[in-house]
Amino acid sequence: MTTQTEQSAPLNRGALGVPKPRVSRRRSAVVHPRLRGGLFGLAGLVLLALIWELYKTLGPADGVVLGGITVLPRTTDLAMPHLAVMAERLFDPVTGAASALPLWQAVLQGSLFTLGIAAVGWLVGVTVGLALALLMQRFRLAESAILPWIILSQTVPLIAIAPLVRRWGAQIQFGEFTWESWMSVALIASYLAFFPVSIGALRGLASPDANHVDLMHCYAVGWWKTLWRLRLPTSVGYLLPALRLAAVSAVVGSVVAEVSIGLRGGIGRLIVEYAGAAGNDPGKPWAPIFGSILVGLVAAGFVGLIGLFLRRFRRGEVA
Amino acid sequence: MKHRITWLGAITAVGALVLSGCSTASTAPSTDAAGDLTPITLQLQWFAQAQFAGYYAALDQGYYEDEGLDVTIDEGGADIVPQDVLAAGDADYAISWVPKVLGSIEQGANITDVAQIFERSATTQISLKDKDITTAADLAGKNVGSWGYGNEWELFAGMQKAGVELGDINLIQQAFDMTGFLAGDIDAAQAMTYNEYAQVLETINPDTGELFQPDELNVIDWNDEGTAMLQDSIWANADKLESDADYADNTVKFIKASIKGWIYAANNPSEAAGIVTAAGSTLGESHQLWMTNEVSKLIFPSSNGVGMIDEAAWANTVDIAMNTKNETGATIITTDPPATAYSNEYVTKALDELKADGVDVMGTDWKPTEVTLNEGGN
Repeated sequence: MTTQTEQSAPLNRGALGVPKPRVSRRRSAVVHPRLRGGLFGLAGLVLLALIWELYKTLGPADGVVLGGITVLPRTTDLAMPHLAVMAERLFDPVTGAASALPLWQAVLQGSLFTLGIAAVGWLVGVTVGLALALLMQRFRLAESAILPWIILSQTVPLIAIAPLVRRWGAQIQFGEFTWESWMSVALIASYLAFFPVSIGALRGLASPDANHVDLMHCYAVGWWKTLWRLRLPTSVGYLLPALRLAAVSAVVGSVVAEVSIGLRGGIGRLIVEYAGAAGNDPGKPWAPIFGSILVGLVAAGFVGLIGLFLRRFRRGEVA
Repeated sequence: MKHRITWLGAITAVGALVLSGCSTASTAPSTDAAGDLTPITLQLQWFAQAQFAGYYAALDQGYYEDEGLDVTIDEGGADIVPQDVLAAGDADYAISWVPKVLGSIEQGANITDVAQIFERSATTQISLKDKDITTAADLAGKNVGSWGYGNEWELFAGMQKAGVELGDINLIQQAFDMTGFLAGDIDAAQAMTYNEYAQVLETINPDTGELFQPDELNVIDWNDEGTAMLQDSIWANADKLESDADYADNTVKFIKASIKGWIYAANNPSEAAGIVTAAGSTLGESHQLWMTNEVSKLIFPSSNGVGMIDEAAWANTVDIAMNTKNETGATIITTDPPATAYSNEYVTKALDELKADGVDVMGTDWKPTEVTLNEGGN
């Protein structure tokens, strides 16, 4: 189970396991490694923008068609608006109505709405996923009983469960509590989010060296303490990528479920509403797409923040 | 280590609180002001837009309240089937197209068309003038667009009537925008008079540098071709109509107030369009007004009074539903729908009450307004 990275990792660490700054002559000391990552990310974005504009300028107007199948898109202003058109459109009002907000503001509001729902879905999904993983780790029988169902659960298409969730939700009511539509969306998001967490956490909890587990046995340490001292710390390398995957799944799940059950206020609704403008206002449909990218970035960034706190356990992260 | 984990826990907890706070704050408060109002839920088949202007107008103008009803309008979504929501008991009434519901009824949904709000069909097949497609027969050999999902039957019936086989056309799955048509991939595109047709008229014609004009387009209107099917109607739960006298009473009240809403929308299109926009629709101002005006044309002038189900039109819809085959050879239904599939009992009562109040339910003299579409529908 022990990987090369895991073994070599401690060598990079100083006393107390705090990573030593990895300074080498090749990497100039001027740019911080994390900043470098950011710069590369930005460069990738610029490259993408360049490719878009370059293809739009040089590509044939009718796209590249091979044997009747379009392999590269048209380059007309309708099919591929200039990036400047998309950007400019963001600062114009949504509609001509006097009370209309600027497009960027409407999209930002939608993004925050979707982010909130995705966050709730993510929290529920992570909680359920972790609970299932712990259960399966503790009891062999539970693993045999639950694991196949967890995998099967992801084969149920979203469009099938979305109306069901809304219908069942509509029937839930106790006391002051009534089920709102956004909860259905959050539930669907959590349905997608729990899967990577349960699988990742299960693998992570099972990842400690047999030697280490045996050592715990020798010390007559109970399951809970082994969990806290050994299994949880070693699972971090598996857990973080799972959490990131869950965050992205929760965002995608929220957007799709919003469209699916017709919830107003989020990015999903905006994507559908603005799609009709594709023919005469080509910049507009792109705005909510940027919004959903933004939501995804924030969600991934949040998981990155968790990663910072768990820095000292991040040995041999498994992607 | 303990220290860090505590911190993480605290941050996660705070985050959760903030986020759940955000989400609950955005939910609409349920209005339950007067305790003696009967709560009623109406399930639409799509998002709020002027296609449903009459219901939003009735709500806004207090017509439902006047009848003692506290109506909540539930918007539809991509995977929300209004007749299923109704049959499951999660809504009291639903708006849907007759051909779409006929299939559900054959599958066991026990629901009734209690008011045929749209007398005419809004589905058309539009093409540029130079393609020279003016009748269903001209579709042969052309790239014909359709959204599918139950929107294709009038097209198929029209073709079948004109002797054009499905194999004679190149059927193209049309998206919910008109880019395929504008790019020339689709010769004859499906378009609702109140929506996609306007989307084209809101677009600059690259050849003229001005907005597309109606005289640059050919329109195949299925009302003229004789294969129009009945569209937006109010559906009610047949079991409850039978067993629950209050529900039957409320049905009359609901239809009555809805018809008043539609009359208001037809006579005050700008105000009605504004009401729909205020209800959360983000369509452009001129597009919303166009839609309000066009749906009014589907209702007024009315042949038998708004909402009356014309038996000949119903029979034609059922006939097409039973005898038109799609690309897989299937028909919508295989046997005649049960007698409970429609009823004029409730709408007749509602119309009688309205007439007694001096309301003009025919709109014989009603004239549509002239709507000028702006680029992008703004």
